[in-house]
Amino acid sequence: MIVAASSVSKRFGNRLAVDRLTLEVPAGVCYGLLGPNGAGKTTTLRMIYGVTRPTQGKVTVFGMDIAREPRAVKARLGVTLQQNVFVEALSPRENLQVFGRYYLLGDTEIATRAKELIDFFELGGHADLPVQALSGGLQRRLAIALSLINRPELLILDEPSTGLDPAVRLALWSRIRDLQAAGTTVLITTHYMDEAQRLCDRVAIVSSGRVVEEGKPADLIVKHLARETVELDCTAEEERSLLDPAAPIPKRLRAGRRLILYVEDAAPVIETIRSRDTHDGRALVVRPTNLEDVFLAVTGTRLEGDQ
Amino acid sequence: MNVSIPHAISVWRRNATMYRRTWKLNILPNFFEPVLYLLSIGIGVGAYITQMEGTSYIAFLAPGLVCVAAMNGASFEVTYNIFVRLNYEKAYDAMLTTPVEPDDILCGEVLWAVTRSCIYGGCFFIVLAAVGLAPMPRGLLVVLLIPVAGLLFSSIGIAFSIRIPNIDLFSFYFTLFLTPLFLFSDVFFPLKERLSGGWLWAAEALPLLHPVRMARGIFRGEFSVVMLWDLAYMLGLSALLLTWARQGVIRRLTN
Repeated sequence: MIVAASSVSKRFGNRLAVDRLTLEVPAGVCYGLLGPNGAGKTTTLRMIYGVTRPTQGKVTVFGMDIAREPRAVKARLGVTLQQNVFVEALSPRENLQVFGRYYLLGDTEIATRAKELIDFFELGGHADLPVQALSGGLQRRLAIALSLINRPELLILDEPSTGLDPAVRLALWSRIRDLQAAGTTVLITTHYMDEAQRLCDRVAIVSSGRVVEEGKPADLIVKHLARETVELDCTAEEERSLLDPAAPIPKRLRAGRRLILYVEDAAPVIETIRSRDTHDGRALVVRPTNLEDVFLAVTGTRLEGDQ
Repeated sequence: MNVSIPHAISVWRRNATMYRRTWKLNILPNFFEPVLYLLSIGIGVGAYITQMEGTSYIAFLAPGLVCVAAMNGASFEVTYNIFVRLNYEKAYDAMLTTPVEPDDILCGEVLWAVTRSCIYGGCFFIVLAAVGLAPMPRGLLVVLLIPVAGLLFSSIGIAFSIRIPNIDLFSFYFTLFLTPLFLFSDVFFPLKERLSGGWLWAAEALPLLHPVRMARGIFRGEFSVVMLWDLAYMLGLSALLLTWARQGVIRRLTN
């Protein structure tokens, strides 16, 4: 295991930020920690790179106890914080140089690596401009580039794509996949379920400081819900008349007027609804079930069928 | 203590890299400031003072101002700059994701503030030497005193900066602490001729008094055991405050 946390807790005063959390990140995967803001994701990351000390439990990284050998562990990992941290007056190349020195790399070695990273993240045209002149997307790429200057075996990304526009997010995800393909283990936190689904081989859903579910996204979908999702707007009364009582759908969710049905095969359900519907042209959405559905199901919004 | 000097130097180099960008703009005021003081107070006010402690007023004033320059050089660095790096830029949070540890950060920042005090104080000394106000060669000993004074004011500033919740509190630090020090620490007039008894003893608590008294003693060629006390005060108080600052750094950056 690259990261192993066994039943770690962190208390801040009266608040239990992380509550007996257990986590195992195997080598070579992209692992996602999913959860709403305040679930304890960032605290968990901070315990992994040793800046936050667990109140209880132990975290090992690369088989080493982070509390005992912080320098040795941190030399082998890279962290991109939620907030970009640069020397704004300096250029990307100079920022990489500053950051490389924290790892005690020599200046020629840093120059070689900086050039590689500038190429990899397509920062070439901006490599020698002050960072403050760069767009948000370029800055985020640079932030990740900084955490790669030591060629880490484990890359930790805290909310990597928050605040970025869709095209930039896509480009970023493709870089992260490239890194993973080259053998880097990636640990990512996000509250964007689409990001997790696109990037992560395994995810842990964190809620109130605990891992409430863990596994491959596809397995979790099958385990908790079903492959396909049908969404429609209707009242509770209409719902009773629209669905066939002979073929009950145990996994469904209601949020206001929105009814969400999780089924293995959507076709017969749609047919039933269409044939029983008196309301002409009711919009039906059919889509694959995604992590967001699993997230809703697992973290509290009760499924109506699960009585 | 868990300081790794190479890591502390990497923190120092971060600041140095940034400073190298702007040093040409930064260094000129360093030369002007002493010249302005020497002209206004030393020559302007000094014209009405025939002698002070047996020398011309400007010769009395000059060594103290070297220490003031060292104090200011360190103070700007460890107040606003450190506060911004800590609270807004989150520079230290990023450093701690690398093999740099909190003690390295503290050490690197103090080294850098001392460097800034040497730049400020050094510029001032060059001006004094150029106009013949620094007696040579013994005046060169004051050059060695500059980093010690810088260390003292770096330690005081860091211990303060790491604990305050709000950047506006620095105006108190400057107007209610540094300015009174500047005005009442033997720089402009000899305290021992204005204070008596218990007050003179109480004045020993003033941090700036010690480097100023030492610098003046060196310039005048009057060496005494009091200098050992001055040196011990500066190093002792620095060590004490850095120990306290270290607790603050660890508490602020890790939990």
